[in-house]
Amino acid sequence: MKLGEIRAALDAEVLAGEEMMDCEVASACASDLMSDIMYYVKKHTVLLTGLTNVHAVRTADMLDVNAIVFVGNKKPMPGIIDMAREKNIAVLATKYPMYEACGKLYSLGLPACVRNV
Amino acid sequence: MMTSRNHIMEQVYTVEAGNFVLAGEASGQIKKVLKQLGVDSNIVRRVTVAAYEAEMNMVIHSVGGELILKVTPERITVTARDRGPGIPDIGLAMQEGYSTAPEIARELGFGAGMGLPNIKRCADSLNMQSKVGEGTILEAYFDIKAR
Repeated sequence: MKLGEIRAALDAEVLAGEEMMDCEVASACASDLMSDIMYYVKKHTVLLTGLTNVHAVRTADMLDVNAIVFVGNKKPMPGIIDMAREKNIAVLATKYPMYEACGKLYSLGLPACVRNV
Repeated sequence: MMTSRNHIMEQVYTVEAGNFVLAGEASGQIKKVLKQLGVDSNIVRRVTVAAYEAEMNMVIHSVGGELILKVTPERITVTARDRGPGIPDIGLAMQEGYSTAPEIARELGFGAGMGLPNIKRCADSLNMQSKVGEGTILEAYFDIKAR
């Protein structure tokens, strides 16, 4: 699934990485716990989280995640968006809360990440 | 950075206790170094996850310490060495979900009780020793497979 399709499905605002909307995403992972994310995430995954601090971007960077979706109308501080931009990570924000955002992407066929680094 | 004739590289990063803003910087540097060395991206990711979890553990639980990256042609070693307070029961600390992290760590998305299990899963082998009142030393080894 392309990032642009994720943006459309979640009616999301793009805060960083407008030029990355053609990037392919193979799976999704959703959690507010960074260790959970590190347990599950593989390459080309989109990360859905309500955690808007610097560690969401750091964790994404460590795992080569190329997009973060902040759910539930939460938006990070500008410094965090700049950091994501520096690391080539797209940042989207959606009004949908976690469960609904995940449900929408899952029903469009975006699979979950399996336990594998 | 030091490079000897035996192609051994070692780098030491200081980890400050309780500094949640800088937490993760050392692991970010480790990732950068390994990428520059041309290490396979899957190995880089495993090493980075282990280093990040170990670094966060020291920020959250220790009084401070250091993260050491050692690279030889055969193996990558990440060592996390702190100056205390030590882990009374390593077996318990290794259990998934067991956590003694304070609220501040949880608010930042850590303290899920998955740190040590994550490190163990990422590394090819793990050695951990701890003494209450003295400190903890964790060594995670990663084999670089022949290409």
